Amino acid sequence: MLKKLIAAASLAALVAGAGAANAQQTLRYAFQGNLNTLDPHSLNETTTLGLQGNVYEGLTARDKDLRIVPGLAERWEVLDNGLRWRFYLRKGVKFHNGNDFNADDVVFSTARTLARNSQLAVRLPRDIEAVKVDDYTVDFKLKTPNPILHYSWDTWYMMDKEWTEANNATQPSAPQDPTPSFAVLNANGTGAFRISEHQLGVRTVFEKNPNWWQKSEHNLDRVIFTPITSAPTRVAALLSGEVDIIDPVPLQDVARINASPNARVLEGPEIRTIYMGFDQMRPELTASSVKGKNPFKDMRVRKAFYQAVEIEAIKRQVMRNAATPASSLISPLLFPQVSQIQRHPFDVAAANKLLDEAGYPRGADGTRFEVDLDCPNDRYVNDGPICQAVTAMLARIGIKINLLAVPRAQFFAKANSPVFNTPFYLLGWTPGTMDAHNVLNDLMMCRTPDGSGGRGQFNNGGYCNPKVDELALKVLVEIDTAKRDAMILEAFKILHEDVGYIPLHQQALAWGVSKNVDIVQRADNQPLFYWATKK
Amino acid sequence: MLAFIIRRMAQSVVVLLTVALIAFALFRFVGDPTQQMVSQDTSVEERMQIRKDLGLDDPVPLQFLRFIGNAARFEFGVSYQNKQPVAKLIAERFPATMELALASALFALFVGIPMGVFTGLYPNSVVSKLFQMISLIGVSLPTFLIGILLIFVFSVSLGWLPSFGRQGVVKLGSWTTSFLTLEGWRSLVMPAITLGLFQMTLIMRLVRSEMLEVMRTEYIRFARARGLSSRSINFRHALKNTLIPVITITGLQLGSIIAFAIITETVFQWPGMGLLFLQAVQTVDIPIMAAYLLLVATLYVVINLIVDLLYSAVDPRIRISGKAA
Repeated sequence: MLKKLIAAASLAALVAGAGAANAQQTLRYAFQGNLNTLDPHSLNETTTLGLQGNVYEGLTARDKDLRIVPGLAERWEVLDNGLRWRFYLRKGVKFHNGNDFNADDVVFSTARTLARNSQLAVRLPRDIEAVKVDDYTVDFKLKTPNPILHYSWDTWYMMDKEWTEANNATQPSAPQDPTPSFAVLNANGTGAFRISEHQLGVRTVFEKNPNWWQKSEHNLDRVIFTPITSAPTRVAALLSGEVDIIDPVPLQDVARINASPNARVLEGPEIRTIYMGFDQMRPELTASSVKGKNPFKDMRVRKAFYQAVEIEAIKRQVMRNAATPASSLISPLLFPQVSQIQRHPFDVAAANKLLDEAGYPRGADGTRFEVDLDCPNDRYVNDGPICQAVTAMLARIGIKINLLAVPRAQFFAKANSPVFNTPFYLLGWTPGTMDAHNVLNDLMMCRTPDGSGGRGQFNNGGYCNPKVDELALKVLVEIDTAKRDAMILEAFKILHEDVGYIPLHQQALAWGVSKNVDIVQRADNQPLFYWATKK
Repeated sequence: MLAFIIRRMAQSVVVLLTVALIAFALFRFVGDPTQQMVSQDTSVEERMQIRKDLGLDDPVPLQFLRFIGNAARFEFGVSYQNKQPVAKLIAERFPATMELALASALFALFVGIPMGVFTGLYPNSVVSKLFQMISLIGVSLPTFLIGILLIFVFSVSLGWLPSFGRQGVVKLGSWTTSFLTLEGWRSLVMPAITLGLFQMTLIMRLVRSEMLEVMRTEYIRFARARGLSSRSINFRHALKNTLIPVITITGLQLGSIIAFAIITETVFQWPGMGLLFLQAVQTVDIPIMAAYLLLVATLYVVINLIVDLLYSAVDPRIRISGKAA
């Protein structure tokens, strides 16, 4: 108690002295959600991992343009035809508590990540084996070659074996565990900042790590993270100068922030793709006026829907130009070759013709058929309004949409595995591995009725083409990059010709940033304070 | 008296059970909590396992009985999102909400009553008209709008008050307070006004109409005839007799202040129970929702009981009989 009081008093003194001395730089960052856990192996979610990335580090890292660069490993090599990966660890790296970082920590972190209740287990193949060669060399042994093993290791963080064992936190907490693991509220990493205060849902203070092995690009002494749920309050806090960075900025406030004297909006493309999907699996749709058959099994119907969507109007009117229309399910930032695919053109006449050919003539009231559209209304930027716009656009070709825009919690429970109870839906996807194979595997491969089996789990509509499956399986083990990319592109071209989905756009990131602050906005939307400077 | 209290306690148990049942029924429709707990890469098999581990696949009556059984022992489980015991999370947030509610209630009373007395005594003055207008705004504008307006005037334009958060917090044992520092008061002013404005206007209007009524009665006229000072007449004789309904309303409204704090707390990012609840709704964190709803229901019941007991203290003519409720 007394200790806490002294700590609080000295912190207050530090904050009070900040203005006068000018030596102390404090960056204040406000996000719409909480930082729910400090445990780096517990929750596989972008913002959580991004905030943790200021404290913990992985063997690899990604630079400002998302290229893979060495992290806690200085270099690595692939041996035995891709069955053994050797990582050479950086020497002289210390955890925040002073312990050395070495091979034991890597072997320990591997085991902890593969443990039950670790959501980060997806970073590693199930059958991987970490073997200590010497104190600063680790071998990862695989059963099958994996060309993209290290692609997502920038957010697979290393923990200190001694610290974690001493605090009885050798496993991430289970969902129903009555006593949470020590690592949920405490952290001990190797990164640029250490956690000096963590009040769940109120604020988290990141203190500069003076012994960081990297040369600091930032000039911060401290970062204060505060969740601010309400968007207008977030904007007000930025405009009044109480915080330096807010994420996200509502699109309608962009102009106002840019017009203000002390802040600006940092916009950039995000790697998430927003798209619409059709139920192509059930013999009859769950909610449609068409009985006895499934209109979306007919490619002409899917293409008619696609061509009726005026993507430029959505970009201009709904997204206020903060979107890049997409031609496929992956961002060109992650797979540049996808730019070779052109969207099917917006053409209402062609769409009407396709529906006539498919055998869905207009009725007396001009309607061809009715179908439900399931949509989240609090998940993606302007997701509800996008669906409203699509509803109006499809009315032009005689499709009556019954729009069901609901909060994400209800939406996911209805549209995702294992029920997939939706005929027509809107969803967004960012490949967790930053690699196209994840899109092929999760969105494009044929799935089982409940999505189990590890393939097509988010292929909610059940799109299925054996040729795509064949390519996806080959891509998984192909080591040659050129061949691999060609096969990926072919799979996306087949999907495009099949009109398996209607890709819409990549939404833009929008951060509100004080004019005193410079920060790098990476396309994966991670707030990385070690690239921030404050005047 | 004792019989009355016991009877009320028995009624309270029924009320709480009903709230628990309704809340539990609602949880069927808020969505699937596991969807909010896992990552997009979590396999269907693991999702099923989590559902099983949490007991979400058990029959609904069994889940309800388990919940009631745990609640009776004050066991509310662990938050799905934070992995923290719910009782601890709520205990941490409780002081913030109570202090905010207390400040709002005091604001409503100490501003509302004088304004009501004034408008009651001088119904035709310009100031009274102004007060009436303010009260109209307080009744008609929704809370979140008042909050945002205050933020834009006093934080963004004037820069006088902080726009969010609870600052200057001092720890007193297991309680946290923002009453002891200037920073604390600065961050409390706007949320308290936002939350209390509706109650203030309600009290003002109530006192005003009661005053108008009382001032016409015989005993006030006799008091004037006796040559008592107008201060003594207005406050000792008139106001005192208007206070019964004010106490009722204030008491009952204290419950709704705590419940309505959800919106104010969200607008000002005030780290109280309401904010915790709202975030729990968004992420389908059922243990937090259940515990919060039960706690608010309990507070309502307790406040109502206290109000009933206060009646007899203020007005000796009212005697609580064993039959009345």
